[in-house]
Amino acid sequence: MSDPMAFLLWVKGPMFNWALAIFALGTLARLLEIFLLGRRPNYAEPRGGEWGPGLRTVLTRSVADPGTFQRAPFDVLVGWIWHVGFLIALLLFIPHIELIQALIGLGWPGLPNPVVDAATAVTLVALVATLIHRLRHPVKRHLSTAEDYLIWTVTFLPLITGYLAYHRLIGPYPLALGLHILAAEIFLIVLPFTKLTHIFTAFIARWYNGAIFGRKGVQS
Amino acid sequence: MSEPSIERGLQALRAEIDAPVAAFFSSCVHCGLCAQACPFYLETGDPKYTPVLKLEPLRRVWEREFTLWGRIKAGLGLSPKVTDALLAEWEELLYDSCTMCGRCSLVCPVGNDLQYMIRKAREGMVASGHAPEGLIGAAVRAVQTGSPMGLQWKTLEVQIRHVESSTGLTVPVDVPDVEYLVLLSSMEIINFPEYLEAIARIFDHAGVGWTLSTDCFEATNAGVQIGSKDIAATLVQRIVDAAVKLRVKNVISPECGHAYTAVRWEGPNLIGRPYPFHVYHIIEVLDALRAAGRLRTEGKETDRLSLHDPCNLARKSGVIQEQRNLMDLVAENFVDLEEHGRYQWCCGAGGGVSSNERADALRRAAFKRKKAQIEAVEPERMVTMCATCRTQLEEGLEEFNMDIPVVGLTEMLAEHLVEK
Repeated sequence: MSDPMAFLLWVKGPMFNWALAIFALGTLARLLEIFLLGRRPNYAEPRGGEWGPGLRTVLTRSVADPGTFQRAPFDVLVGWIWHVGFLIALLLFIPHIELIQALIGLGWPGLPNPVVDAATAVTLVALVATLIHRLRHPVKRHLSTAEDYLIWTVTFLPLITGYLAYHRLIGPYPLALGLHILAAEIFLIVLPFTKLTHIFTAFIARWYNGAIFGRKGVQS
Repeated sequence: MSEPSIERGLQALRAEIDAPVAAFFSSCVHCGLCAQACPFYLETGDPKYTPVLKLEPLRRVWEREFTLWGRIKAGLGLSPKVTDALLAEWEELLYDSCTMCGRCSLVCPVGNDLQYMIRKAREGMVASGHAPEGLIGAAVRAVQTGSPMGLQWKTLEVQIRHVESSTGLTVPVDVPDVEYLVLLSSMEIINFPEYLEAIARIFDHAGVGWTLSTDCFEATNAGVQIGSKDIAATLVQRIVDAAVKLRVKNVISPECGHAYTAVRWEGPNLIGRPYPFHVYHIIEVLDALRAAGRLRTEGKETDRLSLHDPCNLARKSGVIQEQRNLMDLVAENFVDLEEHGRYQWCCGAGGGVSSNERADALRRAAFKRKKAQIEAVEPERMVTMCATCRTQLEEGLEEFNMDIPVVGLTEMLAEHLVEK
């Protein structure tokens, strides 16, 4: 695989299929691990519903309450910036949309390349800021495990390799593109087995939170 | 009950893991925002009090035994076990530095209901023999005497005589087929006897049929606080038996926070079936009487009053507007604390912390959050509706030489009833 073209073909071919399979099966297993546990019946007379408040919390928990924003403005702002930037780079870059369309047949309009490029640059800076914050903030430093730093790296790599490939900052291009695709594949492979599962499970967690509180008449 | 052991503790933790717990642990990204919602972290600055960290024993059991990847990691020796030493270390974190106030559950960006899991984790602590002495004492007294403070009916009977002589009313005892069975808390009977008098006067005024029961007068539940379903179910069953025996339609939980959570929300699940009666907090009953026009009041308090929402009542049970309706009825200068209702700050004493002497320093530290809130609106008096909160507020304000008396809402209301 010393040949960059062969490397690119490998990451676009067999490796891509492996990554997708591990991602899909791993995520399915993770979701089953959650849902098969179920919940015990609740005999307490409800004061409110579960579904409505649960779905509302799925949405509303994306926005911090004013007090939390005051106490942790960096977390809220930078957290928002890099999540949105990551999603723009992932879902609104035209070559990505074309890939998704080829895979599942669904497409949507993208953003002009310079816009995605700027969003990616902002996201990279924001991610570096989150790493510094994690290393310096007493709570984050105390909480952090090796997995937290691994996941930061796994999240950072697809962005930085994409940025370098787009700007032709490393060459030859097939190698640069191959590294970017490989980084995305590592992300997919690692996702079901680490805290990256929150991409899916955070919505389940929010629903349960909203439902548990909602049943007691509180909109969480 | 068999002797506590690490095996029993692990078994208890396993039994507590359900779909929400798995979804919550799967979602934590170690952002640490829960710490920003916790008075124990904010007022000590010690990151070990970060709420999600308090759940480490439960999280480890989930990872090692309930996830594919965790089982592989455990098999390779890469996933740390839950040991007796770990649980001993976590006792302070799960009891002394958590009132189960649930504020972190409302703030976590991925939606983790941390308080729900703290309650569950305590089951494992009791089963493994790692609960605080103070709470064990309260639980043993509650089971043996019916009261966590060892208070007996004859003490309450003395109170009843006092109320009867000062009001000229009869306090109904063991009267069947009435609308409400009134429960009390021992702390209320000892520290705030004016509550019972207020109830007697308000219910007489509104023509409400009620009774106390000699079989069971205690609403609090040390089993829920310590984390023992067996004890909690035993205590709830006594209430159910008393209510069924007297064939009452409703049971009233007193001015106490956790009693309401215990009787209203956990009780039916502890005994495994719905109740044949409804459960209300006294504040809900009073607001319903107000809405029905059955409370005729005169005059208003004129000094600047603010309100402390008990966590169990507001954030954890949705009783938020009711107390404000009642305040409006009898107070003309009422101002809310800035973060109130579901976002209120805990007084620092709930969840068994006030029964756990070892936690005194932490309890007093956590109060500083409430103190700062109170200082910001400068009330002349505080009003609340939980005997534990009230005691904590009184003690805390006194410690800081703040001359702000604390009153119970029920008794304040009773003072404004139109004389018949």
